[in-house]
Amino acid sequence: MKSCLIVDDSKVIRMVAKKILQEMRFETEEAEDGKGALELCQAHLPTAVLLDWNMPVMSGIEFLRALRAMPGGDKPVVVFCTTENDIEHIQEAIEAGANEYIMKPFDSEILQAKFAQVGLIDE
Amino acid sequence: MKPDDFDYVSRLLRERSGLVLTRDKAYLLESRLMPLARKRGLKGLDDLMMALKKRDAALETLVVEAMTTNESFFFRDNKPFDQFKSIVLPNLIKARAARKSFRIWSAACSSGQEPYSLAMLLREESARLNGWKIDIVGTDISREILDKARSGTYSQFEVQRGMPMALLVKYFKKKDENWVIDPAIKSMVQYKELNLLGDLRGLGQFDVVFCRNVLIYFDQPTKSKVLNAISQIMADDAVLYLGGAETVLGVSDKFKPVPGQRGIYALARGDGASSLGAPPG
Repeated sequence: MKSCLIVDDSKVIRMVAKKILQEMRFETEEAEDGKGALELCQAHLPTAVLLDWNMPVMSGIEFLRALRAMPGGDKPVVVFCTTENDIEHIQEAIEAGANEYIMKPFDSEILQAKFAQVGLIDE
Repeated sequence: MKPDDFDYVSRLLRERSGLVLTRDKAYLLESRLMPLARKRGLKGLDDLMMALKKRDAALETLVVEAMTTNESFFFRDNKPFDQFKSIVLPNLIKARAARKSFRIWSAACSSGQEPYSLAMLLREESARLNGWKIDIVGTDISREILDKARSGTYSQFEVQRGMPMALLVKYFKKKDENWVIDPAIKSMVQYKELNLLGDLRGLGQFDVVFCRNVLIYFDQPTKSKVLNAISQIMADDAVLYLGGAETVLGVSDKFKPVPGQRGIYALARGDGASSLGAPPG
């Protein structure tokens, strides 16, 4: 079964994302900041990561750079999901190795379309 | 809405656009016409119906536009675009090598996402298309939606549906809360107001036609009429793309499915083996 790690400091967002992802038949795990996410990834790598940008302790972009530097860390498909919605942030995310980018607010249709685009699900 | 009002509007839609509105879609009528009533300073649907029954031609056009405008998103369904890039485009490059030009029609293009997706795709392939002249024509029955298409301006919600982030950063600029498409991409697409039930011949001949998720709104005789008219403005080896829920089977004998390529149809009068949709080999 495919797994997705949901990283967001908002409990509500994690809940919404979890519901959508479970409908898409993903096993989900959650972390509330980049540091917690990194620890989970060190234990085992998920298929995908849905990643917020602004979080306390460790931001999404810091997490992504650390993940990509880990052995096997190039494998997980990382989709940002953030309120940051300017070209500069998207560019920075691409350079750090993000696979896709969702600008909040999002809904299940956007999430599914993005996951289909990066080949995580069939259409 | 009163039953005879419903019948009145559904007859108008059928005559003017071919759209078939069954009673179970009455909610659609109300949800689409209420904003129009408000825009015209009318209290509600009853007032709108009264105005409409005076045979106000401008209002009739607005009603048809409101009902035929459909949602659209960039790279809708992905696969047709992947297939276009990996099969049709290489075939076109070979088959049109002598004149170095081809023409694509996006029929019922709504707010422009489909023709712009094709324009971006072709721009990404520009290394193989150096010196080629490519026409992309987008048509729709609604003038209002074509104005939006021409503006090339989309909400954050719209640009996220289907568009890869790499293309967003490359071909769009953010303006206030909206995203505006690059003028170079915009200039690759020509828009024209067109009713698919009218005379299509003025558009010229096409090598690729996208007519996706349009026929589903028509009844059987209209589907067949539109498909026949489209077939007449296609080159012999041209291909037609239909939506996932649409087919030519039992509707028109002018087309046949391209084997192994879902959603793509070649002309029955053409030689199947040399159709632009046939996988190379």
